[in-house]
Amino acid sequence: MSKSLLKVNNIEVVYNHVILALRGVTLDVEEGKVVSLLGANGSGKTTTLKACSNLLHAERGAITKGSIEYNENDISKTDAYNLVKDGVVQVLEGRHCFSHLTVEENIMTGSFIRENPKEAKQDLERVYDHFERIRIRKKSLAGFTSGGEQQMIAMGRALMSRPKLILLDEPSMGLAPQLVEEIFAIVKNLNKEGVSFLIAEQNAMVALKYADDGYIIENGRVILKGKAKELLERPDVKEMYLGVGAEGKTSFRDIKYYHRRKPSFS
Amino acid sequence: MDWVYLIEVLVGGLMSGVMYSLVAIGFVLIYKSSGIFNFAQGTMLLFASLTFVKMTENGIDFWTSLFIAAGIMVIFGIATERYVIRPLANQDLLALFMATVGLATFQEGFSQFVWDSDVHGLQMSKFLDIGLLDPAPIFMSDHIPWLDILIPKFDIFASLVAGSLIVVLAFFFQKTKTGLSLRAVSDDHMAAMAVGIPLQTVWAVVWAVTGVIALVAGLLWAERVSVSFTLIEAVMKALPVILIGGLTSIPGAIVGGLVIGVGEKLGEIYLADVFGGQGIELWFAYFMALIFLIFRPQGMFGEKLIERV
Ligand SMILES: Nc1ncnc2c1ncn2[C@@H]1O[C@H](COP(=O)(O)OP(=O)(O)OP(=O)(O)O)[C@@H](O)[C@H]1O
Ligand SMILES: [Mg+2]
Repeated sequence: MSKSLLKVNNIEVVYNHVILALRGVTLDVEEGKVVSLLGANGSGKTTTLKACSNLLHAERGAITKGSIEYNENDISKTDAYNLVKDGVVQVLEGRHCFSHLTVEENIMTGSFIRENPKEAKQDLERVYDHFERIRIRKKSLAGFTSGGEQQMIAMGRALMSRPKLILLDEPSMGLAPQLVEEIFAIVKNLNKEGVSFLIAEQNAMVALKYADDGYIIENGRVILKGKAKELLERPDVKEMYLGVGAEGKTSFRDIKYYHRRKPSFS
Repeated sequence: MDWVYLIEVLVGGLMSGVMYSLVAIGFVLIYKSSGIFNFAQGTMLLFASLTFVKMTENGIDFWTSLFIAAGIMVIFGIATERYVIRPLANQDLLALFMATVGLATFQEGFSQFVWDSDVHGLQMSKFLDIGLLDPAPIFMSDHIPWLDILIPKFDIFASLVAGSLIVVLAFFFQKTKTGLSLRAVSDDHMAAMAVGIPLQTVWAVVWAVTGVIALVAGLLWAERVSVSFTLIEAVMKALPVILIGGLTSIPGAIVGGLVIGVGEKLGEIYLADVFGGQGIELWFAYFMALIFLIFRPQGMFGEKLIERV
């Protein structure tokens, strides 16, 4: 068993002092692994990720119990700036590109925490190598790019800090199946370069296909965990999260979407 | 038409416009970084120039006074971020706005407490004459020979100072890492935090820079309106500028200032008869802003709302 990179120990998160969003979440990301965190709307995926990246306070949320360790250090009090410096960076749900900045300016903002600005140039190339689609759009305003391009901008921007762990929140949201595969293929490539991932997804099919381990969260609690391959085989998971036996349906949310697209799918 | 006169008017308008721009940029910077309208802008001008005046009145020389006053404004800006803005960071915008109202009241009282509430004449032109710029460059004489027009040399000096400060600021916020960070924060707080842009540092820089702008603007304005509480009113002139230029745009503040400056002067001269009498300068800027608000509510350069479906 390889070394644990991120350890979430039984955390409880409360928003606005009253709304209990997580009721004891425990999970583990081993170094070099891709871990998927699956669950329906409102189950607590984003909250878990934001707890790890310490962005909760901006939404008036706080960890009220438990601890989070990164490289065996407690990081529940470390601010986002220092976390990014130490190699933990989050790609937010809904991309959150800086819409009035150009694509390249967006990506460059990810390098600002680095001390040596010279390295940024090489890293920029690395980002464009992974995300060829946005290379040609580097001078456009990010607000005018497509959803898939924005996902790539957000991921490229995060990559500029040379992270060891990327917390990736719903990369598949609103993207066509082909593009989702493309994004996950890039995740796999980055993973081969040594970046570990914790990915929150509703699209269980894709997320498990590309992951090593998986966790399923419901109502702020982890209800199931295991190797991604094993989870994919489990009948209850198949039924609940992969759609009742029907091939191609990957989550409740996407059912409609796939119906529309069926012709191109068979 | 008297062309020489027109040129004189235009140049005069542009020069007072630059001064409006400078004050407007102070508003824009703070609005961009934290989404609040800084009610304390006027008192910052007063406090800064009062600090300077008091030092020169006590026999400290020009440059020393200037640097000390600038230093105090920087410290003041950093303290504002630390003790006013930061604790309120995730609160309502209204709470933040009210905090700047409180800040203004505090500054006004503090200025009176530490200094006094007398009206101080501050003739910056005095410093020009005693050799701050010695010898004064040829173009800094009241009479410009090759155009044969008359322009007070202090106005030329003031607009050059304001203009170069604006150029430096525009470059700083457009091209440097800090500037890009500011624009990123202005676009999306959460995303900026997520990529590790230290919001608090950006805020502190912005407040410190705004403090220094307030000092320079305060000293230049003081020439016309004396260092007293009327200085706060001078700042009100910047409001129509930001309405025209857009609260989020530095280029907008620059162009807006120039438009108001020139428009005001032209209005005073060519519309005085239409509207009957003097004093157009007092309200014409607001009138222009109103026209703008009707046709382009986001201002001339106000950020185009980028929305995709
Ligand atoms: N800022 C907030 N203030 C109050 N409650 C919140 C806030 N953000 C999330 N919650 C609540 O916390 C719970 C978990 O939400 P979270 O966003 O973590 O879910 P999620 O699994 O990411 O959902 P989705 O798939 O829709 O993104 C939900 O019940 C939600 O209503
Ligand atoms: Mg979510």
